[in-house]
Amino acid sequence: MAVGDRPKDAPPGGGYALTTLEAMIAWGRKYSIYPFTFATACCGIEVMGAFGTHYDLSRFGAEVVRFSPRQADMLLVAGTVNYKMAPVLVRIYEQMLEPKWVVAMGACASSGGFYNNYSVLQGIDKIIPVDVYIPGCPPNPEGIIDAVVILQKMMETGAPRASERWPIKI
Amino acid sequence: MMTERQQSAVLAKLAEKFGEAVVSTHSDFGDDTALVRRERIVEICTFLRDDPACLFDFAMDLTGVDYLGETPRFEVVYHLYSLEKKHRVRIKVRLHEDDPTIDSVVSVWPGLNWYEREAYDMYGIVFRNHPNLIRILMYEAFVGHPLRKDYPKAKRQPTVGPQE
Ligand code: SF4
Repeated sequence: MAVGDRPKDAPPGGGYALTTLEAMIAWGRKYSIYPFTFATACCGIEVMGAFGTHYDLSRFGAEVVRFSPRQADMLLVAGTVNYKMAPVLVRIYEQMLEPKWVVAMGACASSGGFYNNYSVLQGIDKIIPVDVYIPGCPPNPEGIIDAVVILQKMMETGAPRASERWPIKI
Repeated sequence: MMTERQQSAVLAKLAEKFGEAVVSTHSDFGDDTALVRRERIVEICTFLRDDPACLFDFAMDLTGVDYLGETPRFEVVYHLYSLEKKHRVRIKVRLHEDDPTIDSVVSVWPGLNWYEREAYDMYGIVFRNHPNLIRILMYEAFVGHPLRKDYPKAKRQPTVGPQE
């Protein structure tokens, strides 16, 4: 957001800021991310750590965890997603309002991890578009914070979301 | 070193009653085990449940085994326990690859319903007269039986859409 310097001949007490509506909305959005955690396995524990007091994700404006996908704009998929769970994940993704961002947390959500077997989906990007991948097994809470900061940058700059690039393939 | 082969009372009784339907028995390391023929499995199970000297009222487990490369290839294993007598026995049945079917013992122990469904789901062993023989862990669109040793590890399954 471009903030103008105070002009020389400004009326006393007055002030103004110049911006665009898009920048204004992006600025508001950036500090009010509503996460929905889709935690299916051990990674979910690290998510709890990230929301807890020690790492305190609220510093980044992403503390209001929503347990309804209709009120969330960041889907945090933490854990192993198997084929039977995949339809549930797709439905939750579809229920979220636009604009929405997806974070694949950990090896399992990103690629299936070491579960190279008959039951586990080999990465959630097989079914929904993913904006940020967090590496690790599990990633530590700093990884989640990093993902949130990256999302904030995306929101600020208006970088295209993954869903704009990848049509959903089921 | 050969293990001393002894028969426990239950196994002796079983062998005496069912004759050649009991293929072999052993009690190695204290585990009473009988390999029996599949044709008389329901009879044998009913006997084990009802006979006053056996009273196996608790069917603890039923599972399948795939001995790929051996004939017969599959095996169904029943683990039985008697709450009354505090003894155990293990019953095994071998099944051929081209006909992996066996009579269901749900009529004897209703608790084995889901175990038989699991063995069907994972190994493709068909339990005749089972009240509801459908997959229990995998979904309907799943192709194959994943715990068979020749199931390709890298095989990917259809991803189904949202289900009602
Ligand atoms: S990535 Fe590792 S920690 Fe995370 S869900 Fe998978 S196995 Fe668990």
